[in-house]
Amino acid sequence: MTAPTISTDIVTSSEDPFGPEVLHDPLPFQARLREAGPVVYLPTYNVYAMGRYSDVHAALTDWQTFECSAGVGLSNFRKEKPWRPPSLLLEADPPFHNAPRAVLSKILGARQLHTLQAQWATDADDVVDALVSSTLEFDAVPALAEAFPLRVFPDAVGIPHEGRERLLPYGDHLFNAFGPENALVQRGAGTIGEISGWVNDQCARNVLTPGGFGAEIWAAADRGDISHEQAPTIVRSLLSAGVDTTVHALAAVLYALASNSEQWVLLQSDPNLARRAFDEAIRLESPVQTFFRTTTRDIRVGGTLIPQGEKILMFLGSANRDERRWQNPDAFDLTRDPSGHVGFGMGIHQCVGQHVARLEAATVMAALLKRVKTIEVNGPVTRHLNNTLRAWESLPMRVTLK
Amino acid sequence: MQLIVRDKYYQTDDLVSVVLSRTDGGRLPDWTPGAHIDVFLPNGLARQYSLCGDPWNTDNYHIGVLGALESRGGSRFIHDELKIGSVVGLGGPRNNFALTPSKTLLFVAGGVGITPILPMINQAEQMGISWRLLYLGRNLASMAFRDRVERFSDRVTLHPGDELGRMAVSDWIGAPRDGTKIYVCGPERLLTTVTEHCADWQMGTVRAERFTARKFDAPLRSGSFEILMAGSGKVIRVLPTESMVAALRSAGVNTLTSCGMGICGTCEMSVLSGVPDHRDSILDEDERLAGNCMFPCVSRSLTDRLVLGL
Repeated sequence: MTAPTISTDIVTSSEDPFGPEVLHDPLPFQARLREAGPVVYLPTYNVYAMGRYSDVHAALTDWQTFECSAGVGLSNFRKEKPWRPPSLLLEADPPFHNAPRAVLSKILGARQLHTLQAQWATDADDVVDALVSSTLEFDAVPALAEAFPLRVFPDAVGIPHEGRERLLPYGDHLFNAFGPENALVQRGAGTIGEISGWVNDQCARNVLTPGGFGAEIWAAADRGDISHEQAPTIVRSLLSAGVDTTVHALAAVLYALASNSEQWVLLQSDPNLARRAFDEAIRLESPVQTFFRTTTRDIRVGGTLIPQGEKILMFLGSANRDERRWQNPDAFDLTRDPSGHVGFGMGIHQCVGQHVARLEAATVMAALLKRVKTIEVNGPVTRHLNNTLRAWESLPMRVTLK
Repeated sequence: MQLIVRDKYYQTDDLVSVVLSRTDGGRLPDWTPGAHIDVFLPNGLARQYSLCGDPWNTDNYHIGVLGALESRGGSRFIHDELKIGSVVGLGGPRNNFALTPSKTLLFVAGGVGITPILPMINQAEQMGISWRLLYLGRNLASMAFRDRVERFSDRVTLHPGDELGRMAVSDWIGAPRDGTKIYVCGPERLLTTVTEHCADWQMGTVRAERFTARKFDAPLRSGSFEILMAGSGKVIRVLPTESMVAALRSAGVNTLTSCGMGICGTCEMSVLSGVPDHRDSILDEDERLAGNCMFPCVSRSLTDRLVLGL
């Protein structure tokens, strides 16, 4: 690791944002980061960190200066070999990014999802009915947050049932691997080869069911909108970024509603607030906490000159709780307008599956609102540590029925 | 979004370059080569023009506007009335003519049809894709932007009709080859020639940009309009100076947005009646014609009233 040229007035922090203490509760660290300045140098990893909303928003949007193709994790693909072939979306820049993004934006567009809406509403009713018919006290992580996405999303992509239990460990490792090679990465290293092989096998044309997102990607290749060589890697993006993210986003909104009973009452009185509730939970919890970019040129941010070729660590979660942008940022508040949060990112790399996530959450909330009168946290909640995700291990809940 | 004319200069006797920036100096919406924008003119007309600048430049859009003797008022207005400092409305950018992965690219441009091809050539260079350009014009003097392709003289065939007569476009294209795509922009006759020549080639080989003047079911309006919320019966007035989202929010209506530029699709609303004035980058022509949804962060109304599924 070579030392960068550092101007003398640069703010430095020796804290480790990927250490277990910060991962367990990132909020105090993020508050110190925002307070310290627009840009803070982290010598532990030789990276520059941004925690304030306006700087994170600007960096996410400015793809010309903050590139993705050198990797959106700590590893710099210009210097190190990626652990898997890079994503054609997340780890690509224009012009290579253009065609895959255009194809996937269309397939996952809100209008294309209308055909799934009725089926997913039925699925959500089934999952909730089956759950509350058997017990009123449950762990919402496996029972709802994992159960529902794992029921509907792999079907929507069109992969076979066999082996789906590998999807969560795959995503967990992928999001760990954006961070440093710490114990969390080492924990997954032993099995990831076999899991990756299985994931790659699911991206082949002949295993994908007709009409699903995966088959649509292959159809786009037949039309020449992407190449046939690109198709499986684009299908892989759905299986990488579409499962763990929605699981922890669903857990986030369930936790927020269960731990803020007055907001649950508000939602009951106006179910139209469900969309807002989900985005407010994304803002508050930011299931994807961080992403890296790499500077394509020397750039001045605040008073700090960041040289070309440096890694920038953007704290989406911190930006979403920046008191410079949000009033009373730590509150889950359905009277707040969470528009403009960066929980899905922003700009040309903004989460292409955000409408899928919103539809999943809306159908689960609608199903709960039909059956459930009260919902509360019932015991200690446990976080699942991940280098990138704000994730959940256990979320004990108790409900009463209507 | 409002744009201001930053620069205007003639490329040829009949083709004028117009450089547009945001009135507030902000970053323009991103675009990819092949994209066009809708320009909403102060005389109430809307016209589509290809972007011919550089997607890495976030400060301005560059369009080329032919005087078009047959102009029905849009291009003529830009030539005669639009001045540096004039303000126009923006729709898009949208891209129906996007570059797709290819081994070889053949570009066929007729006249002002060169404009979308210019950034495509840069993209092909960046991606290391081999390419050739056939650029047809009435005469050399009428063929704008020749300076932008001069350095590629070994790959560019300029064909001024007055000197060289009719071009055998089909011969220039030649026989089908695997991995080749053909991008053609220009007069309808040229598009037909190329499309027919390649009719038996692999699906998706020929990509043609057609500019048919956008048909509006009602005249563009510069005044205010009303939103009727079908659920509550509430009526909200949208002033010319504010977005629909701003009007909804001031009336206390819960409206989730994200990008605020008509790109991400977060604010989609269903339209029950009335005719939206679509200014987003998302809907394709069929979806626009269906007229049943819109993106209120940028789009407006062509009719006095829009009834929304709110």
